[in-house]
Amino acid sequence: MEALIALVIGVLTASGVFLALRGQTFPVVLGLTFLSYAVNLFLFVMGRLAIGVPPVISDAAAYTDPLPQALVLTAIVISFGMTAFVIVLALKARAELGNDHVDGTHSEEDAAP
Amino acid sequence: MNGLAMHLPILPVLLPLVAGIALLALRSAPLAVQRGISLAATAALVPLALALLATASDGTQLVYKLGNWDAPFGIVLVADRLAAWMLMATALVALFALLHALRGDDVQGRHFHVLYQLQLFGLNGAFLTGDLFNLFVFFEILLLASYGLLLHGGGPLRVKAGLHFVVINLVGSTLFLFAVGTLYGVTGTLNMADLAVKLARTVPENLALVEAAGLLLFGVFALKAALLPLHLWLPAAYAHTSAPVAALFAIMTKVGAYSILRVYSLMFGADAGAVANLLADWLMPLALVTLVAGMLGAVGATALRQQIAYLVIASVGTLLAAFALDSVDGIAAGLYYLPHTTLATAAIFLLADPIARARGERADRFESGPAMPGARVLGGLFFVAAIAMAGLPPLSGFLGKFMLLRAALESPWLTWLWSAVLATGLIGVITLARSGSLLFYRTHSTTEKLTAPRAADWLPAAGLLLLGLGMVVWAGPVSDYATATAAQLLEPQAYIDAVLGGRP
Repeated sequence: MEALIALVIGVLTASGVFLALRGQTFPVVLGLTFLSYAVNLFLFVMGRLAIGVPPVISDAAAYTDPLPQALVLTAIVISFGMTAFVIVLALKARAELGNDHVDGTHSEEDAAP
Repeated sequence: MNGLAMHLPILPVLLPLVAGIALLALRSAPLAVQRGISLAATAALVPLALALLATASDGTQLVYKLGNWDAPFGIVLVADRLAAWMLMATALVALFALLHALRGDDVQGRHFHVLYQLQLFGLNGAFLTGDLFNLFVFFEILLLASYGLLLHGGGPLRVKAGLHFVVINLVGSTLFLFAVGTLYGVTGTLNMADLAVKLARTVPENLALVEAAGLLLFGVFALKAALLPLHLWLPAAYAHTSAPVAALFAIMTKVGAYSILRVYSLMFGADAGAVANLLADWLMPLALVTLVAGMLGAVGATALRQQIAYLVIASVGTLLAAFALDSVDGIAAGLYYLPHTTLATAAIFLLADPIARARGERADRFESGPAMPGARVLGGLFFVAAIAMAGLPPLSGFLGKFMLLRAALESPWLTWLWSAVLATGLIGVITLARSGSLLFYRTHSTTEKLTAPRAADWLPAAGLLLLGLGMVVWAGPVSDYATATAAQLLEPQAYIDAVLGGRP
């Protein structure tokens, strides 16, 4: 399971970085979203992977660390708000600048199909 | 300690939050009421910061346990000398920037005062918190408020600069979380004092992980501080936003510098065992390159506000070069330079606004324009501000740089630091003199109708310059405080004992 999770985080991060480096605002927003998914997963597994154990200290022999779950909750809320904000900002930039390029103007290379 | 005094460390965090929420609820109240609340809340931060400064000045490290949970299980706020120092600088800059905003910038868009208070909430929280994840949360709060403030008033240039600023900071936040997650995964704690203890005992097989996380954190803080090569977002963002916001943002790069100083003196300092002096090879060359690059940018700038933005980058370089010396004298020089450069930058940003206004359609671009009305007052103030920025005697910039040069005498970086600081100082003088003569002397007559600046347009900037003068008059006590702060930072054991209550 460790390898699978690591692969998922890696692929999400790589796609996120690739998309965030694109020239148009929509892929950039998607890229940031992928990055935040990757980091949320990453934070979550920092409490170690465990199946079927309670997230509280009790009489049970094993328990899983509840703190990363709280951290992920905070991170999800923040990244959710940030994504909403950056979408609105991208729309505003589209309206104010007349196109959806991050620099406000399309260069000639981008215009080619 | 009785009632209110016991809760002193949390008041600078709570007050702007409560004021911000109240302002949001009162958004349809008359403008005078909103301005009154905002001004009162911002002004009240000054006595609060003074009280904290007085408490911290005898070396007390006031630890405030939220919900009375003991560290490292609960979140703590720590008001030590450094935190109080940063709060004081923030409160002063915020007050004068707000006074400037009250003359009209705050009605260009909605919710200016709400965002302003939330920005102060984030700033004060970031300076006070003793928990790494909490630092992330306060970073996000101050960033989200700063996105709103940056875009305040709108316009294509502001939106474009804002988009870059937001995207790069979102990537920075993601990296911050990766670093925090790695540190938690290795040590199982997020309390900075506890982290310092645990990181010093890092076992060899985790060393690479911890170092990666530590350097990732440095990357994030360097992004906030606009250290080369992560400085490219700053000039456009600062040059195109409104004057009071740019003035308040003078403290924003200092948040990054503060975080570098706090985290790397506490968690990766000389006593940190296996991970000691993690940044020793990186910080100084990066800081010096930043200083030179910032100054070259200022030479090539085509407008006054753009030039000041590049000077902000240069000042970050100077500041971090001082911190990189990693000695009591070096850090003390940096801590003296920090409020000076914040005040001077804020003042000159506030001055650029009436100058641009008085020049009509040429605004602050460096081209020959009509003789501006009120040039005597504006020119005089610009002269004083430029002297402070360039670091010439008799103002505080000179003292800061002098302390830095003297502190570098014993450092292996002596040659590099002296040549970089002295050469950029000279370039700074020439650049600012050229800008001043272009704006104020090389003028021609015009039929364009120009309006003279009112006293309210330049009084806040003059107030900030007076504070800078105060730093010269009381240079003795101020530098004593800075030296004591530096000594406290280089003895992290006291901080750790204060937070963890002396437990091992």
